[in-house]
Amino acid sequence: MTTGTVMSTPVIQLRDLVRTYKTGEVEVRAVRGVSLEIQRGEFVAIMGSSGSGKSTLMNTLGCLDKPTGGTYLLDGVAIGDLSRKQLAKLRNKKLGFVFQSFNLLARTSAQENVELPMFYSHPLVSLRDRRDRAGQALEKVGLGDRRHHLPSQLSGGQQQRVAIARALVGRPEVLLADEPTGNLDTHTSIELMGLFQELNDAGITIIMVTHELDIAAYCKRTVVMRDGLVISDTFNGNRRAAREELVTLGQAQQKMKLA
Amino acid sequence: MFDFLQNLLIQTWQTVFIALRALRRNKMRSTLTVLGIIIGVASVVAMVAVGNGAQARITSQVSALGQNLLTVFAGARRTGGVSSGLGSASVITLADADAIAREVPDVVAVSPEVSATAQAIANGRNWSTSVIGESQDYLKIRDWKLSAGAMFGDRDVRGAAKVAVIGSKTANELFGPLNPIGQSVRIKNIPFTIIGQLDSKGAGMGGINQDDRLIIPFTTAMKRVTGEKYLRSVNVEVAGADRMDIAQQQITSLLRQRHRLAPGRDDDFNIFNQKEIADTVNSISTIITLLLGSVAGISLVVGGIGIMNIMLVSVTERTREIGIRIAVGAQAGDIRLQFLVEAVTLSLFGGLIGVLVGVGISRLIGVFANFQAVVSGGSILLAFGVSCAIGIFFGLYPAHKAAALEPIDALRYE
Repeated sequence: MTTGTVMSTPVIQLRDLVRTYKTGEVEVRAVRGVSLEIQRGEFVAIMGSSGSGKSTLMNTLGCLDKPTGGTYLLDGVAIGDLSRKQLAKLRNKKLGFVFQSFNLLARTSAQENVELPMFYSHPLVSLRDRRDRAGQALEKVGLGDRRHHLPSQLSGGQQQRVAIARALVGRPEVLLADEPTGNLDTHTSIELMGLFQELNDAGITIIMVTHELDIAAYCKRTVVMRDGLVISDTFNGNRRAAREELVTLGQAQQKMKLA
Repeated sequence: MFDFLQNLLIQTWQTVFIALRALRRNKMRSTLTVLGIIIGVASVVAMVAVGNGAQARITSQVSALGQNLLTVFAGARRTGGVSSGLGSASVITLADADAIAREVPDVVAVSPEVSATAQAIANGRNWSTSVIGESQDYLKIRDWKLSAGAMFGDRDVRGAAKVAVIGSKTANELFGPLNPIGQSVRIKNIPFTIIGQLDSKGAGMGGINQDDRLIIPFTTAMKRVTGEKYLRSVNVEVAGADRMDIAQQQITSLLRQRHRLAPGRDDDFNIFNQKEIADTVNSISTIITLLLGSVAGISLVVGGIGIMNIMLVSVTERTREIGIRIAVGAQAGDIRLQFLVEAVTLSLFGGLIGVLVGVGISRLIGVFANFQAVVSGGSILLAFGVSCAIGIFFGLYPAHKAAALEPIDALRYE
């Protein structure tokens, strides 16, 4: 393990994690024994080609799926022993999800989309608190003025920002992003990575699945998977800073226009 | 604690709100689904109302005959195998009537009856009507009121007085708008003084107009109008509804004994038991009401199946939405409740409109069929409750299906 810095207990601990599917007679071993520790405040990219098991690993990390072998401790709690109900509570309280296809509720305003996790939280959040917290989350992702827009009235980047606001509103321990830039153009992708870096600087742990190297370069650490196993786990020495790149990009565009 | 309740209320309201919004998004579909329930509930309400109306009408006709009435008819006279109908045989005598009054303990009042059709002449007009001889107790036995004047008394009966009580239709035919009380009417050329007028009672059982008649003392009738010694029937009032059967038995054995009928021979009279008729009629109309109601109930079940169908479609369509909700922490119970509330909202909405439509139809039937359909609060409550139960019953399976979805599968669903 190359977790050099000494910190408190890791927020995520995987030990020999295995996930196998049975489709009829055939047994598919999607994850074949992954051990991993992720500390609070990290920004990890999980990379790999399709079929490498990264999505399965992500679903397990997100408590949407249970491991068939090994252990997974989230914030010190072994999730293999939990019921569906307890998993739902865990997702609500400790995790935030961002998906490739945004997964916003259609025909529902940005504000209400962001309020959704609080609808299911225990103890109940009062109506006013919901509204305030959703508003704050939207401010944080730069969409304070788009509260009452429907997803269909927002651009892809804006929709993904709403999804991030929804993921953040429950003040989760970990933000899980599954190919968040997969449906976005380069410029918007860089903007989004800028937002992630900002959030990470503010102390939020982020785990992101991607298959694009240049997107992974914005993270602090890169885990590469192949055939259900981790084949490399490295810290990025010179990670890219999205904010500065955007400034340079802007200047370059300006020059183009002038020329 | 108060905050908690308030929040719970908000939560509930929001669940209902989400359900309403989901239903509004598919207006056509929701409307058609609700229509199934509307038709079901409306037909239950209307059919039960029609059944109840019929029952009420028949019951009122039966009870219009009087309170605890037994009528002893002379048997049918047979000449060469041809029956001439009840009351035609000459077997019941005045002495029989007296014996019933004297010897049967539960008998309260007795009115021997003779009748004839005769031409009544008064006020320069004439009219063919039923002339019926009765005792002074007849109106009491039949629970019949006078609209004017008085009934003849015991002395009039004993003295065979030439007095008459006139039916409202007869009065109208003979006197028009004039007050018939104190007027003279001639029956078979004998002048009778009209001393009272009967309340209108309308058509009785069998469609005979009970308002077209002249009631005179039976003594007078036997002596001057029919000229017969035999009675057509004897009207008997019994002390209470629970004494009817026993009184009937006692009268039967009394008359068999008086008519010297050997055991094994048929009665030469018939006893019409009002309670028996009322019971039979009641049970028949209850069965009809049940039948109508259950046929209508079937359409309610079909409506429920419609709800189930639409909810299943909705669950499939919204698999992804369910996945999102589960991902952000919705528990199976939350999802189940959401879809259940949707189903119940549909059925309750249908129930509400159905009740209104059902009441409307009942009113309409009342207008067109000259027949008062009785919408009971019970049937409304029942239809409403049943539609609610149908929403729960037929919503449960789709809701359960939604709640049982695996989050990853639901999120991946296209």
